[in-house]
Amino acid sequence: MYDMKALYQAKSVADAVALRLAHPEAQIIAGGSDVLVQMREGKRAGVELISIYGLDELRGVTLEDDGTLCIGSLTSFSHITRDPLIQQHIPVLGEAVDQVGGPQIRNIGTIGGNTCNGVTSADSASTLFAYDAVIELTGPEGVRRVPIQDFYIRAGKVDIREGEIQTAIRISRESYERTFGHYIKYAMRNAMDIATLGTSVNVRLSPDGKTVERARVAFGVAGPVPLRAETAERLAEGKPVSEETAEAFAQAVKEDINPRDSWRAARDFRMHIAVESARRAFIEAVNRAGGAL
Amino acid sequence: MEKHVIQYETVRFNLNGKDVERTVDVRASLTDMLRNDFRMTSVKKGCEVGECGACNVLIDGEAFNSCIYLAVWANGKHIRTLEGLLGPNGELSDIQQAFVDEAAIQCGFCTPGFILTAVEILESGKEYTDDELRKLLSGHLCRCTGYENILRAVKKTMYRRLGKPMPEQ
Ligand SMILES: Cc1cc2nc3c(=O)[nH]c(=O)nc-3n(C[C@H](O)[C@H](O)[C@H](O)COP(=O)(O)OP(=O)(O)OC[C@H]3O[C@@H](n4cnc5c(N)ncnc54)[C@H](O)[C@@H]3O)c2cc1C
Ligand code: FES
Ligand code: FES
Repeated sequence: MYDMKALYQAKSVADAVALRLAHPEAQIIAGGSDVLVQMREGKRAGVELISIYGLDELRGVTLEDDGTLCIGSLTSFSHITRDPLIQQHIPVLGEAVDQVGGPQIRNIGTIGGNTCNGVTSADSASTLFAYDAVIELTGPEGVRRVPIQDFYIRAGKVDIREGEIQTAIRISRESYERTFGHYIKYAMRNAMDIATLGTSVNVRLSPDGKTVERARVAFGVAGPVPLRAETAERLAEGKPVSEETAEAFAQAVKEDINPRDSWRAARDFRMHIAVESARRAFIEAVNRAGGAL
Repeated sequence: MEKHVIQYETVRFNLNGKDVERTVDVRASLTDMLRNDFRMTSVKKGCEVGECGACNVLIDGEAFNSCIYLAVWANGKHIRTLEGLLGPNGELSDIQQAFVDEAAIQCGFCTPGFILTAVEILESGKEYTDDELRKLLSGHLCRCTGYENILRAVKKTMYRRLGKPMPEQ
């Protein structure tokens, strides 16, 4: 038995919003792979829960008329990885979430939970940052959209207001088209481990594959919340595709990251793997884009 | 609601091919309900925090750790446990027999969980490489076997079901 005070099961998004307003102390549970574990650990003992797990309308990936990819917040990791639209337009996201925990965790864990928990090591977050994802929240006043960079307030705290739930994660066509990405999860074990550092890079090359039109890099566990390394991005823009550009890009990530010492790894070590991961991910992204280094 | 008030809900679902119904305490996990209300004792209580896979069951064909799944979420689902693999006279299924033949079982605590993940793998009808199989089995811990025999049992059954000879090592 879980130590919970009460459970309210939402029947629709509107019902979830109403339940949030009626029970302001209650906490949302989606797949529960954070919530139920924390409840067992005593951290959330005795709380009231609002379950949104039954809201099938929040599952799946769609392509809107303007090319925006819309990922329902309850879509599980395994369904994101298997989704044809994800595979076609932003395969790096499917690959990143395929590195979460193990198979059973990927069947229960949702991308909404992975972003609403405000955790820096979340395996989806760095790729979502690198693609300027927009978080969609539905509340009593309707729908609100927030750039993912503004959604994260501090470690463990995101911008979800009274009565709101997260309903989708959106990525615009302008952001993903003609890009190729690569995600590197650095962890102690190959499975069932939290990232020591997560690095997501994507590039858009000129049609002849010789120039970097745009480069993006974002990290998890390089700061209290996921973050972009914009100095490196600016530096690579317009540069020839070359080993030198890869190296300069990788070194420049140090300007924007601020990892800490933890029991998993020392700050210096994280700095080191951030540079190395950025270089490798950049080279792999360029290769996937058909560029030759 | 007062803390001492116990909240119940009725769940209807399909368990190993049979439609069933129970009224359960909303605080129950799916493991609690399967073990206590249905005597599905193949569903083990291991870590109870999603790490070990001993409580793994198939829900609508996908593997889930039932220790981090609310019992009430079972409503409307098709759930399979190891008990559902047995033949009408208690015969072992091919994958269970393969675990026996390959000595992929020692204490047996991890076995039901592993076998249900193996069922999901086998029912996909795909041929996987060793690396892919290792990744697909990586949500389970075994303290006894060292995993190699488990991998071999799954691989052998996969090739047998595909009607192909198992490649030489
Ligand atoms: C064994 C194990 C291994 C794991 N390994 C990894 C890993 O390798 N990488 C990784 O990134 N994570 C990992 N996790 C953590 C977890 O699986 C993920 O963070 C997952 O995405 C959480 O999603 P959920 O739906 O289960 O969230 P829940 O537990 O239901 O919720 C998480 C938080 O988000 C809030 N929330 C959820 N959905 C919404 C919504 N739509 N609107 C508003 N608030 C919401 C909840 O209130 C809660 O605070 C692991 C967990 C376990 C148990
Ligand atoms: S008992 Fe459920 S994963 Fe360990
Ligand atoms: S056989 Fe004992 S834990 Fe696997």
